[in-house]
Amino acid sequence: MALPKYTEPHYRIWHYVYLFICGCVFFFLIAPLFVIFPLSFNAEEFLVITDGMKRLDPDAFSLRWYKDMVYGTKNPWGLAAKNSFFIAIFATIGAVILGTVAALGLSSRYMPYKGIIMATLISPMIVPLIISGVAIFFFMAKAGLAATHTGIVLAHIILGTPFVVITVTATLSGFDHSVTRAAASLGSNPVNTFMKITLPLILPGVISGALFAFVTSFDEVVIVLFLAGLDNTTIPVQMWTGLREQLSPTILSVATCLILLSTLVLVAAELLRRRSERIRGINR
Amino acid sequence: MSSETQKILTTDGIPLEVSLKKVERKNKLKAFLLVAPLLFFLLIVYISPIIGMLFNSVDDRMVTKALPKTFIAMEKWDGKELPSEEVFEAFYIDFQKLIEEEREGKLSTQLNYEKNGFKSIIKKLRRKSKSFEEGNYKEQIMAVHERWADVEYWRAIKRRAPSYSYSKYLKGVDMYQNEEGKFVQVEEDRRIYKKLWVRTLKIAFYVTLFCFLMAYPIAHLLATLPMKFSNLLMICVLLPFWTSLLVRTASWMILLQQQGVVNDFLVWIGLVADDERLVMMYNETGTYIAMTQILLPFMVLPLYSVMKTISPSLVRAGKSLGGTPFITFWKVYFPLTIPGIGAGSLLVFILAIGYYITPELVGGASGTLISNMIAYHMKSTLDWSFASAMGLMLLAGVLAIYWVYNKLVGIDNIKLG
Repeated sequence: MALPKYTEPHYRIWHYVYLFICGCVFFFLIAPLFVIFPLSFNAEEFLVITDGMKRLDPDAFSLRWYKDMVYGTKNPWGLAAKNSFFIAIFATIGAVILGTVAALGLSSRYMPYKGIIMATLISPMIVPLIISGVAIFFFMAKAGLAATHTGIVLAHIILGTPFVVITVTATLSGFDHSVTRAAASLGSNPVNTFMKITLPLILPGVISGALFAFVTSFDEVVIVLFLAGLDNTTIPVQMWTGLREQLSPTILSVATCLILLSTLVLVAAELLRRRSERIRGINR
Repeated sequence: MSSETQKILTTDGIPLEVSLKKVERKNKLKAFLLVAPLLFFLLIVYISPIIGMLFNSVDDRMVTKALPKTFIAMEKWDGKELPSEEVFEAFYIDFQKLIEEEREGKLSTQLNYEKNGFKSIIKKLRRKSKSFEEGNYKEQIMAVHERWADVEYWRAIKRRAPSYSYSKYLKGVDMYQNEEGKFVQVEEDRRIYKKLWVRTLKIAFYVTLFCFLMAYPIAHLLATLPMKFSNLLMICVLLPFWTSLLVRTASWMILLQQQGVVNDFLVWIGLVADDERLVMMYNETGTYIAMTQILLPFMVLPLYSVMKTISPSLVRAGKSLGGTPFITFWKVYFPLTIPGIGAGSLLVFILAIGYYITPELVGGASGTLISNMIAYHMKSTLDWSFASAMGLMLLAGVLAIYWVYNKLVGIDNIKLG
């Protein structure tokens, strides 16, 4: 946004001040993430930028913490990663199925008590995690599911469904219902219509909901802390323990990997958002 | 309509009205059946345990069941002087039964919540009571420890007689019900929870304010820049949004520690002496900085989506009518962004008020919030009914804000990404 030539000097100065403030805020947002990269390649055991690193001395950098992450003795990350992916994948599948079906019902104009039901379905997103954690812990303990993968997966399905419900309802808001009626008039049964007509059209919304559900589960630590036993430890729980006890550079290697993963998710989510906007644009 | 008008019938002779109603009912049922699986899943696994917390928080049957005879005997006691021999005898009988069933430990934990100092005297009583002689239990129990001869401790036991009590809620705001049934505050040096509530509200408020002040300019920039630049800058907002909370907290721990990057930089530019490095972590400052950065995207995104819809010609019109840039901004642009400000602020405030992970890791003793206290009581003191009571008080606050949010923004209008 270039300034017009006739801008008075003090407004011109104000404009540059404004741009400077914006720059600072963007720096504040993104810079903390980049601190992790150099430190994860540190050859020393300290979490500070050593003099060698400042001089860009090749000896000051090493991959030892990445090796430790993968091959380290008694290292918890392998099990944690396996558990994290297992739990997140199953929680996502559960959340997507329950959430998509519910969103289909909610988008119907015949749905009774829409407001209160929507509020109930969204509530896991609004209620503070610690309260959800306490409540779910009470339930799982009673049901005998504490310290099991099943219990954690169920808990993460609860947390993931609001995202799926929201994204799919949003996609369905621009959905042209005459296409499903057309399919029905051509003799298709409801299940077939859903699989062949509705699902492909709302797929971007479903997948972006799935991404949210996956990330929520993959990153969730409060509820897992309440529910998990030693066998159910996940990556966030390991990081939590590590950050509380001793801050070792191995954590930063893991953190770097997680940032790369989130970059992938970001790219996927952006592509989906654009595709979904395009599809909805055509329907209008 | 007059009665002469013939009712319209469908081909099979049923009035159209009835037929349509039937179809509508069927459609309603169909829609509801689609929502039902998720709704019932949530009701069973999620909503009912939250309601169960309500029961937990007032449930006080454990002590009532542990000392049945004592409480019957205590009914006649007025609570002014030490109770009669009858009460002491009943207490001795109840206590012997507890020892047999090895439940006296639980009782001592519960009574200790009520009044500090019960734990040790109950332990002592258990040891001594083995050699008690029959009769005159009052003398014998009082001889075990001086606190058993203190009427305060007996009053504390009596307070636990009812099966249900709301004492946990009172405790949550540093109050208790004294012998006359009046609500009084605890001694000044033991008021911790009220301070914590105030601090939680204060931190949530300031974090919301800081987020607003920082988000407003960049949301404006993102909304006014040409698409190809704004998409690039949007990454700066979205990448932290998608990055693990623990990763971001970890990066703040590295930045803010005494030998950390921020302190290094301040020393290097000479703002701070090397031996006077700032303490920015394990205190309130750390909580403020980390939480503001972590919650900032939640403010930027709603603001951005509102600003995107404001036509730039409005601002141009304002200027062409003689408004200076500042006046145009204040009178035209700013009022149009208020829905976005409301949505973002409420969202950030709701999230901040229940934050747990970040304050626990960078907050130290002075930067922790109410959630941390709930977790502490869940895990360390195991006073689950108190944790439930605190949780529900927090939940009531959050739901009130949520209700306002719903009125202002509408819950269907939540946008993600």
